[in-house]
Amino acid sequence: MIPELTKFKGFSIKNLPKEEPLAPGHRACQGCGEILALRMAMKALGTDVIVCNATGCMEIVTSPFPHTSWRVPWIHIAFENAAAVASGVEAALKALKRHGRFPKNRHVDVVAVAGDGGTADIGLQALSGALERGHDFVYICLDNEAYMNTGVQRSSCTPFGAMTTTSPPGARSIGQMTWKKNVPQIAVAHGIPYVATASPAFFLDLMNKVKKAALVKGPAYVHIYAPCPTGWGTKGEDSIKLARLAVDTKVFPLYEVIEGKYYLTRKVTKPKPVEEYLKAQRRFRHLTPEIIEEIQRRVDAEYERLVKLSEL
Amino acid sequence: MGKRVAKEVSIAIADAVKLARAEVIAAYPITPQTHIVEHLSELVANGELDAEYITVESEHSAISAALGAVATGARTFTSTSAQGLALMHEILFIAPALRLPVVMVVANRALSAPISIWNDHSDIMAERDIGWIQLWAENGQEAVDLVIQAFRIAEDRNVMFPTLINIDGFTLSHVIEPIELPDQEEVDAFLPPFKPKYKLDPRKPLTMGPVGVPEIYFEAKKAQDEAFKNTRRVILRVWKDWAKRFGREYNPVETYRTEDAEVVLLINGSQAETAMTAVDKMREQGKKVGLMRFRLWRPFPIQEFRKAVSKIPVLAVIDRALTPGGVGGPVGTEVRSALYNAARRPRVVNFIAGLGGRDVTVEDFEEMAERAAFYLKKRPKEAYEMIGVRES
Ligand SMILES: Cc1ncc(C[n+]2csc(CCOP(=O)(O)OP(=O)(O)O)c2C)c(N)n1
Ligand code: SF4
Ligand SMILES: [Mg+2]
Repeated sequence: MIPELTKFKGFSIKNLPKEEPLAPGHRACQGCGEILALRMAMKALGTDVIVCNATGCMEIVTSPFPHTSWRVPWIHIAFENAAAVASGVEAALKALKRHGRFPKNRHVDVVAVAGDGGTADIGLQALSGALERGHDFVYICLDNEAYMNTGVQRSSCTPFGAMTTTSPPGARSIGQMTWKKNVPQIAVAHGIPYVATASPAFFLDLMNKVKKAALVKGPAYVHIYAPCPTGWGTKGEDSIKLARLAVDTKVFPLYEVIEGKYYLTRKVTKPKPVEEYLKAQRRFRHLTPEIIEEIQRRVDAEYERLVKLSEL
Repeated sequence: MGKRVAKEVSIAIADAVKLARAEVIAAYPITPQTHIVEHLSELVANGELDAEYITVESEHSAISAALGAVATGARTFTSTSAQGLALMHEILFIAPALRLPVVMVVANRALSAPISIWNDHSDIMAERDIGWIQLWAENGQEAVDLVIQAFRIAEDRNVMFPTLINIDGFTLSHVIEPIELPDQEEVDAFLPPFKPKYKLDPRKPLTMGPVGVPEIYFEAKKAQDEAFKNTRRVILRVWKDWAKRFGREYNPVETYRTEDAEVVLLINGSQAETAMTAVDKMREQGKKVGLMRFRLWRPFPIQEFRKAVSKIPVLAVIDRALTPGGVGGPVGTEVRSALYNAARRPRVVNFIAGLGGRDVTVEDFEEMAERAAFYLKKRPKEAYEMIGVRES
């Protein structure tokens, strides 16, 4: 076990940090799952951080000049390079500390934040490079399962069957025709010390995982499920309910992979039917019972696979 | 004073980066830049240069990581060529807008296709508008001097612009030349540590790279443009200081035997040396030929340039890149545009030569000078002529 992690007691309702490194007053939609998750992540990280944000909803809604929601140092350069920018920041801190140009004992967490598009698609190479090189940083992927910032186009994280503006259902289409890319598993394949999935519906779990990701030395990857009422056709007030449902239906399992070992952090013993999750969202409205059944089979199989991995 | 030693130019450039005490290097290998980054890796590996070398997985990440590093306050270097520079394209524009003074050496090489590792200027000419300070070196000594100067210029608080130095791939990068490397103490006295006013530091949070709504975007770009033009003053000051300390002079436009010249050849980069031989030869024959090259290409030194050509009858601009379907080579087009409203201006003849590593010989330069002289009395009909290309 990683010593930094064994020492960590974890957050509880009683010891939540008061600080809000991400200030209110941003321009996210009501009920935005990304901004909720990001707020929690930032609370867990505190203020000794440097945030490297990819282009996307979170970047746009938090930084319309001359306003900013960021109370911590924050940089945005482009869409596909958050991990590369973070690599540079991390390397610079190391060099500056060695040269006596930054306080040696002041630990700064370098954090990259990107959407599913900025992570799974256009930014995958930069992410892989940074993970492989072993930079001491945390990568947070906020997965709302499409390119929301540009108007709900499909990404490789868009789930099978979902309707987006570039995966519209039609005479020859059921919506998204491919299965969701499993980015956490790709991260695991890099042999990094810490990978986790998290959900804003389980906020203490989310905060603990982000904090652990920061505590471990070396690269850490946290993949966070983030409902997007605007893109999914759901009610803003239902976002957290939906996030919980995604876990309870096994659609989005919560787990950690610490030094290659899998831990299911929320075992789903009495799963709800996937149909309940799908029916709650306009993006799945067109799905036939046959397709829903197919999705159910896939969800079950994926979960089974995770259970087996956690038993290894 | 440093010693003069024979060195491969790429190795000397890496040594100059070491003398400048770069703290972070992020680079991806591409011929003919490789010797620079290989030697830097070596210097870091054996502890001669105390820097972080980030072995990025692409040039896109090289420049992205470099910007992250400068934004955090570390002196940062990168280097690339052709396809690599093209891959950086998107990010190159962001560096000056965020005022991130990274220094880069571009080993100039032809852009694909056909794929070619050999030298011309098509890579950098495609990047004229990125908003970086752009310099040209003619020989190894200049390359070394410019690299050290570039850090001082780029990081000056009145500048804070990324700066690049062009060196011709192979014809300069891979040749061995006698080069004087300044002593460490001399460089330290010339180049103070990088201390940016704004950086990513939790002790003083700031937001870098925000959204520019239509109400502010235009003003932001105007401010950038003005600040960029103003870098001129610092550049000239740094060169003055360099001349005082090291005895080597640098000017925005370098001229050679242009005083009474009827025809002046203009070519950037290392082939100006070959052109010099042609000029000397023709002068011996009594022909009034001179030579000129841009040292500073961005910001364009319009005053110095207009002054330098005001008395010249014919200027023969030799481009080493093509502007397909355009009205001349990139340098030719720009020069004509810079002169259009000038009170006194030469007739401009534009040649395209030496694409993709094609040799441009002394004889070629003589031919171009002769052809240009032909236009003392006549206007050129064509926007440009190609030299040294086989017709069959
Ligand atoms: C190189 C490049 N290609 C495309 C875009 C346009 N673009 C900006 S954000 C975005 C999608 C972002 O999606 P994601 O990463 O999932 O973040 P979200 O907005 O959903 O949070 C796209 C396609 C861009 N900015 N840069
Ligand atoms: S579009 Fe979706 S992800 Fe973007 S701000 Fe709105 S709710 Fe959040
Ligand atoms: Mg998204």
